[in-house]
Amino acid sequence: MNSVESVCVAGLVAIVQIGAVLVGGPLLLGVMRKVRSRLEGRRGAPIHQPLLDLRKLITKQRLRPFEASWVFGFGPVILVATVAAVAAISPLATTRPPLGQSSDFFAIIFVLLLGSVFLALGALDTGTPFGGMGSSRAMTVGALAEPALLVAILAMSIPAHTSNLPALVRIGLAHPVVIASPARLLALGSFLVVILAESGRLPVDNPSTHLELTMIHEAMVLEYAGPDLGLTMLGESMRLVLLLGLLVNLLVPWGVADRPGALAFVIGLVALVGKVLLAGVAIAVFEVFSAKLRLFRLPELLAGGFILAVLGAVTAVVSR
Amino acid sequence: MTIRSVLQAITHPRSATEDLAPSPPATPDFAEPLHGSLQLRHVDAGSCNGCELEVASAFGPVYDVERFGTRLVASPRHADALLVTGPVTKNMVGPLEKTFLAMPEPRIVIALGDCARDCGIFRGGYGVEGAVGDILPVDVQIPGCPPHPAAIIEALRGLTGQ
Repeated sequence: MNSVESVCVAGLVAIVQIGAVLVGGPLLLGVMRKVRSRLEGRRGAPIHQPLLDLRKLITKQRLRPFEASWVFGFGPVILVATVAAVAAISPLATTRPPLGQSSDFFAIIFVLLLGSVFLALGALDTGTPFGGMGSSRAMTVGALAEPALLVAILAMSIPAHTSNLPALVRIGLAHPVVIASPARLLALGSFLVVILAESGRLPVDNPSTHLELTMIHEAMVLEYAGPDLGLTMLGESMRLVLLLGLLVNLLVPWGVADRPGALAFVIGLVALVGKVLLAGVAIAVFEVFSAKLRLFRLPELLAGGFILAVLGAVTAVVSR
Repeated sequence: MTIRSVLQAITHPRSATEDLAPSPPATPDFAEPLHGSLQLRHVDAGSCNGCELEVASAFGPVYDVERFGTRLVASPRHADALLVTGPVTKNMVGPLEKTFLAMPEPRIVIALGDCARDCGIFRGGYGVEGAVGDILPVDVQIPGCPPHPAAIIEALRGLTGQ
């Protein structure tokens, strides 16, 4: 294979992975809402409703508070851009994504965090009380969740001798016993808690609340309108799909393409869709049966996640 | 609750939701840019809360207007339509106008209930400024005191076209 051809293939893989996350994000949101409404005894909106919402939002007026600076408009763009960049280099459908050698787990997490930080800055930028309140809460949750995530990644990296994400997935595929090791399982448990916290799902935050005083994430986007709001919605749902995709590929990597070839890639894509769908439905079912935690009890949950990660790291070091 | 019963509840829901006419009423021109998605911001301009009960019921499990692409949202910035109930009292004129101006265009105003349409039994009250139509350009009217949830749903389906 000559170099031009391999560059084309790499570009195609990246575009397909970004496209899958782009379309999959809103659709997963629709599926999760559908499952929730079914379990609540309602019929629920059609699964493609978030896509209809997006189509409407991009044609609406771009209304911004006149006190807001460029940071406000930058937030949603950065959010979508960072998620798309990470989607291109992550092992989603294949363990050999283009630029896979640059997809270090630590780096990916910090790039994704950049989107959250800019959303929080954008909310502060408006000068409204609810925006500031949402930012402060989101950053509190983030400050508690991030250490847990970092230690969890450490616990997964020690046995594998690398924090390269595609390599972590490949090792799981080649030696399934690594996945069943306490270090990996404890770390993935911690990762799940962090995903719920970072994407604003129950029991950390209620994504369908109308009460400003109980909001964490929603309070930050109260001032966004039209295309800005659409980008924020899109970015948030894309990030959930991306994080779930990484989680399922680290937990059950089977199906992901491990060798070059179009057929293997397509199978990997189908397997990814199936696994993420299952994970999303599981989260939606869990959400129906759980209530939002009081804000002051959140540190307990997140500290629990941190303890899982620390235990994972300790077992990884001891059993080395 | 076992896993099987949860899965059954998703695939074969014993839903409380009532069936409605399969096709929605004709969509007016100003609702075309909605593309089947309608976000509502509800403002109580001085209602007796009778209309609020019916709105809550329309979004509840029995009528479930959310299945037609409608949602209530927490901010006027997210809204396509302003859902106003009650006669506009003197104290609510300012907040109502501010809410309307905070919405991105194109914006729709829905006057829900007889009080919002023509002040109803509160007409001439010393605290009443006027009907919603005296303050804002009203696009959709839903008559009734209070309107039946089915009437609310029919009006909203006309906007979403679902």
